[in-house]
Amino acid sequence: MQMSSIVKTTADVLFPFILIYGLYIILHGHLTPGGGFQGGAILASGVLLLLLAYRYSESTNIVRQVMMKTLESTGLLLFIIAALSAMVLGAGFFFNWLSPLGSIFGDSVAYGSTVANLNTGGLIPIMNIAVGIEVVGAISVILLALLSGIQEKI
Amino acid sequence: MIWALDFALLLFMIICATAAITVKDLLHATIVLAAYSLIMTVLWAEMNAVDVAFTEATVGAGITTVLFIAAIARTRRSSSD
Repeated sequence: MQMSSIVKTTADVLFPFILIYGLYIILHGHLTPGGGFQGGAILASGVLLLLLAYRYSESTNIVRQVMMKTLESTGLLLFIIAALSAMVLGAGFFFNWLSPLGSIFGDSVAYGSTVANLNTGGLIPIMNIAVGIEVVGAISVILLALLSGIQEKI
Repeated sequence: MIWALDFALLLFMIICATAAITVKDLLHATIVLAAYSLIMTVLWAEMNAVDVAFTEATVGAGITTVLFIAAIARTRRSSSD
């Protein structure tokens, strides 16, 4: 199914903005509405836009199934490592040991109505990032598997 | 909450939902279901549930529509009952 060049150009122009929006939703998951799953689904819908605008054989040059499987495994591994790292340090499962340290995502939250600080939350932003990577990999693998080998008539 | 907007959205949603289960052509039913999902997104956002609205917009209107279309392309397009 060959799309017109209007559709292809629109997909090319929209794709980076969708990626930035999804990454924003993932990174601000502990401050604003949204989070890992929602941002990952938005990123996957950006991938879906490319898959629909181009032919399957053309788009698999950009979106490889091996890459998406690797992303899925990486997200799962990051989630498990983040959850188990607290147990290594002697606390409970998924204990938020990063939060008061002052290092990465480690500022303590100010009281009162202040401007939201991105550098807070401890393990929660890391969990959001892991879930986002996992969801974009998983949904892209499902879409690639389902859209492969469809007859071009419908 | 705006009463008239809620009423109009819910009315159109019921119309879309009944159309999605009564229409014979499955491709038409999929597109009507996507419209239903879009109205549901506006309704969630209007009820201040922005989180659910994100999920409904991406998964409901975006991904499941394509999954249904891919499933229709692999099977028959018309429903028998």
